[in-house]
Amino acid sequence: MKLTKDEVQHVAELAKLQLSDAELDEYAGQLDQILAYAQQIQSVDTSAVPPTPQVLPLSNVLADDASRDSLSNDQAVDNAPDTDGGYFRVIAVFDESGA
Amino acid sequence: MTQEYNVVVGMEVHAQLLTNTKMFCRCSADYQGAPPNTHTCPVCLGLPGALPVSNRAAVEATIRTGLALNCEIAETAVFARKNYHYPDLPKGYQISQYELPLCRNGWVEIELPDGSVKRIRIHRAHLEEDTGKNTHAGLHTLVDLNRAGMPLLEVVTEADIASADEAYAFLTKLRSVLRYLGVNSGNMEEGALRCEPNISVRTPEQAARGELGAKVEVKNLNSLRAVRNAIAYEAERQAGVLNAGGVIEQVNMGWDEDRQRTVLQRSKESSEDYRYFPEPDLPPLVVDRQWVEETARTLPELPDAKEQRYRQDWSLRPADTGAITGEKAVADYFEAAVAAYGQEDGKPQRMANWITDELFRLLYADGEGQDLRQIAATRVQPQQLAALVQMVDARKINANTGKKVLELMYGSGDDPQTVVKREGLAMVSNTDVIDAAVQEAFDSNPDELARYRSGEKKLFGFFMGQMMRATKGKADPQAARQRLQEMLDG
Ligand SMILES: [Zn+2]
Repeated sequence: MKLTKDEVQHVAELAKLQLSDAELDEYAGQLDQILAYAQQIQSVDTSAVPPTPQVLPLSNVLADDASRDSLSNDQAVDNAPDTDGGYFRVIAVFDESGA
Repeated sequence: MTQEYNVVVGMEVHAQLLTNTKMFCRCSADYQGAPPNTHTCPVCLGLPGALPVSNRAAVEATIRTGLALNCEIAETAVFARKNYHYPDLPKGYQISQYELPLCRNGWVEIELPDGSVKRIRIHRAHLEEDTGKNTHAGLHTLVDLNRAGMPLLEVVTEADIASADEAYAFLTKLRSVLRYLGVNSGNMEEGALRCEPNISVRTPEQAARGELGAKVEVKNLNSLRAVRNAIAYEAERQAGVLNAGGVIEQVNMGWDEDRQRTVLQRSKESSEDYRYFPEPDLPPLVVDRQWVEETARTLPELPDAKEQRYRQDWSLRPADTGAITGEKAVADYFEAAVAAYGQEDGKPQRMANWITDELFRLLYADGEGQDLRQIAATRVQPQQLAALVQMVDARKINANTGKKVLELMYGSGDDPQTVVKREGLAMVSNTDVIDAAVQEAFDSNPDELARYRSGEKKLFGFFMGQMMRATKGKADPQAARQRLQEMLDG
């Protein structure tokens, strides 16, 4: 299994990372090694083992539906690089998100 | 040659659950009208190190809804991260359910115009969190995260819907069920209930081979009517493109309410690649069967069951049952009125007529008819309406006067007896009064009287009208008719 540069570029875009050509080559190699390791694990026969979404012995950790105080607006936007009238302000995006 | 096409529609519906707090934190859900970013905390802001904890009420509301939609409830449900970048999604992922949703394989029944019943299958129903709200302001986008992390129920149908009208019927029924359960407000204008149909068309030959056309998803639908119009428009548009030799592309469209048309939305830069994986911060939900059974016992009687009961036990006309069971508030009102009025001798049907004809008319005229749930707030109590109809039955007032009395009750909240007394509307069956009214009609219309007596019998109706006018409509029509006949022929 050999990762192509295009595939690394695609993954980088999904993660909003800008990589130089040299970095693409470098990470392609590193990601390859990780995938090779995963492939090694995949060779184990797990047909009789149910998928494990969680390794902790916990289930149904649920909270009662009673509200607690939220942060103040000042606290909420305190770490933001840019704000406007209590809003977080970012560079314009086109609204294409549905739900 | 123009080819005929079948329409194939599947739907994704998002319903905001009516909880007190958000899905994974205990920020108050009561954020409508609040200043921006005043209902947030480290969890819903997506700050590092914050730990989400699921809202028990939201999980239970989802199980209740799943049961009401005839779904299988999963023994184990797992939350998953859906990864994408958008400013209204502070964590860079939305917590949803992917491989192991809470509910699967259900159905909703809708009635078709010919009276037959069609099942729309539910593929799945799962829990997820809502995003924040973006406001676009020139070169910037302003982000309010008060809504971020609100519990959302997503319901996904199979592509079983074959027309805009079926889609309308399905959504009406689904909304009705959600309201009966009290899990969602059903308010589409405010976005508490959002519907995204995917629409494709195919020739009957393609349908026979099990092939599907390219799907177009339509967003931005803020009312039931918009859903119906958008599907009708889009199906026609696609057929037009195909008939002109074109190709349908799989795209997202938005509904332009002003121009009543779908418009192409900007396609996403990178193809959708959400890289779902199990949410490590949230342990799985394990729903033992006892929990499911206990929840099933808490379900209210749902609209379909009510409809069936009204038809079987009370012989209600099918046309009226839907009008009454659609809103739980109307059904509750109707049942309280029937309890006060009686169940025998077609009384429930008579009560249904008074509600759907007269009371609905007043609600509509009041500007509240857009939302028949307002029936719960009307000044006319169900017992008062029952008393009014009983007065009509007992011939204390005639039916037309009854309508007038109801109008006055609607304005004042007074009992019908009080209104009738105050307005002097009691039915007149006193022979002297009726005789005097008949005589007055004769005296004012000697020509007509002569014509009647020389054989023009159809003038009977004319005299009846004159006579009723003379008694201001209060005459007992039966007594009046009888006296008029006697005096005309006498
Ligand atoms: Zn929060």
